[in-house]
Amino acid sequence: MENLWYVAGTIFQLWMFVVVFFIMLPAMFGLSLGVTEVYIQVLVKILEWATLRIQRGQQEQPSAPIPLHTGIIERVGGSMEEEMWQLRCSRPEAAGAFCLSDGVYFCKKGLESIVEDQVTQRFSSEELASWNLLTRTNQNFYYISLRLTIIWGLGVFVRYCVLLPFRIALASTGISWLVIGTCVVGFLPESSAKNWLSELVHLTCYRICARGLSATIHYHNKENRPQKGGICVANHTTPIDVVILANDGCYAMVGQTHGGLLGILQKSMVRSCPHVWFERSEMKDRNTVTRRLRHHVAAKTKLPILIFPEGTCVNNTSVMMFKKGSFEIGGTIYPVAIKYDRRFGDAFWNSSKYNMVSYLLRMMTSWAIVVNVWYLPPMTIQDGEDAAQFANRVKSVIAHQGGLLDLAWDGGLKRCKVKDSLKEEQQKMYSNIIVGQNHIRTTKTCSETREDQ
Amino acid sequence: MGSSRSSLRGVPDGQQLLQETGFSAALLLRLHQRFQFLDKDSRGHLRSEDLEAELSENPIGDRIVGAFFQPGQETVDFPSFVRVLAHFRPTEKNWTRDGVQPEPANSRNRKLKFAFQLYDQDRDGKISRTELLQVLREMLGLQVTEEQLQSIAERAIQEADLDRDDAICFDEFRKSLEKVDIDHKMSVRFLE
Repeated sequence: MENLWYVAGTIFQLWMFVVVFFIMLPAMFGLSLGVTEVYIQVLVKILEWATLRIQRGQQEQPSAPIPLHTGIIERVGGSMEEEMWQLRCSRPEAAGAFCLSDGVYFCKKGLESIVEDQVTQRFSSEELASWNLLTRTNQNFYYISLRLTIIWGLGVFVRYCVLLPFRIALASTGISWLVIGTCVVGFLPESSAKNWLSELVHLTCYRICARGLSATIHYHNKENRPQKGGICVANHTTPIDVVILANDGCYAMVGQTHGGLLGILQKSMVRSCPHVWFERSEMKDRNTVTRRLRHHVAAKTKLPILIFPEGTCVNNTSVMMFKKGSFEIGGTIYPVAIKYDRRFGDAFWNSSKYNMVSYLLRMMTSWAIVVNVWYLPPMTIQDGEDAAQFANRVKSVIAHQGGLLDLAWDGGLKRCKVKDSLKEEQQKMYSNIIVGQNHIRTTKTCSETREDQ
Repeated sequence: MGSSRSSLRGVPDGQQLLQETGFSAALLLRLHQRFQFLDKDSRGHLRSEDLEAELSENPIGDRIVGAFFQPGQETVDFPSFVRVLAHFRPTEKNWTRDGVQPEPANSRNRKLKFAFQLYDQDRDGKISRTELLQVLREMLGLQVTEEQLQSIAERAIQEADLDRDDAICFDEFRKSLEKVDIDHKMSVRFLE
């Protein structure tokens, strides 16, 4: 019995030694020991080999159906006006009137939506063109060669039995130190020393958490990093986005107060530096939210606020509509584009498919998370621009930098039915084609008949 | 074609649909996945609500959904789903009417019939004035007045109704669309 305690004690001491010297100290100074870089390089070599094997295997078995990796259909065609014009065979006398062929346009659009709608495609994980030895990304895993299967089996062992426990231990260490550290710092009186210490604690613990996910983050254009008193907006793929961004700077988080473990974390974090946590009832009142955020921004000494205007997680191939609320607060907006490298693990959180715990488990059993973060030059609202237009401007800048598709769809669509206003828009467009000219035509025929008399 | 047989194992009537509709095995698989996605409660069949959710933006969405259901039926299984989609494959150029082979779903005639039935909801073979007014109201919504609607319908009937029976039958419909490239405009580009 005592032996067991002794062994447990030694393991714990060894673990603490490893964490403090190999992970925490470098994290405090923002250094890296280079272990992850080597790991990533080795991984890339293995994955390239695996892809070649698969391609060779596919050539040898040509009858096996290759799963489609892009959409089911290709949408072509122009605007409603162009399509209607073509449907009417470019007959000028048909303009301004209803033609029986008009229904064909809506019919085709409807069938296209049934087979594949653009919104849902963004919310299922992008299928990889090659295979990264995680069966979860290959829908039709079929046997190709013994060697490949062995490597895959080895990969499973390494990921679940070696990496997973290590990562879980690291992540829990990081989070518990964050709670303890911020609590301790909270006892200090308000001073610049306290702020500096609080930043150090936050940065170190987030870096430990990032190590716990084997995350390799490349930051670009660091000169555009968000400043105090500003608002940082970024595209949202996963809750891990927060960890990714907080590795390089301190932000004031915005969110709902939770209970349980997360609640403890929130309470202790707010002791050391001002985050903005809302009660659930306050979240419904947009004015309260905007007012509090405005106060925060107006005090130029507070940390920049971190907001994800999409409001939901999207699968990192596109950027959805930015809700204009964040852009009504005022202040300078610092856009940030985040792009995950799919080869090592799919970071997208499909909240309808996985809950938080199973999602984190998936993350920790992936190979690694490789991210590119681009800081973009600050933007402010211009004269004559309303919040929605400003939001769209910021969105296209982020989409352009990250190589993501700029979509006008509302991210909330994945949860609720579309509002009727979209149907109304279609009806408006159609009536412009018909009635817009029909009115003129009826008066013309009237004057013609008058001339005849 | 042994491997395609095995890959279509989960697909109901897979082999039959392969021959009937002309879709490739890979595409049938994708369509089956889409069907299962739309079938949110995994019942094995779709109800009108499942399809309406995708067509909420379309002014004639309800009619298009209705085209999937046989009269009196309230559910659509996968084979029926695919048979409707088969109408929207691009027309094959080399099919000729020889009376032996059954007319494929994506022939020009069948496509036109599909479009005709969108207008002719009571399936009596004619688009009556009332039916035309209904579809116009759906496509234009509240953007036009009742008078404008009546005059638009009047003009449309006058142009298309050749035998002056105040309704548009299928032949008159076909004549009115004879110059339209139906193959192109009523086909969905499936990625094969």
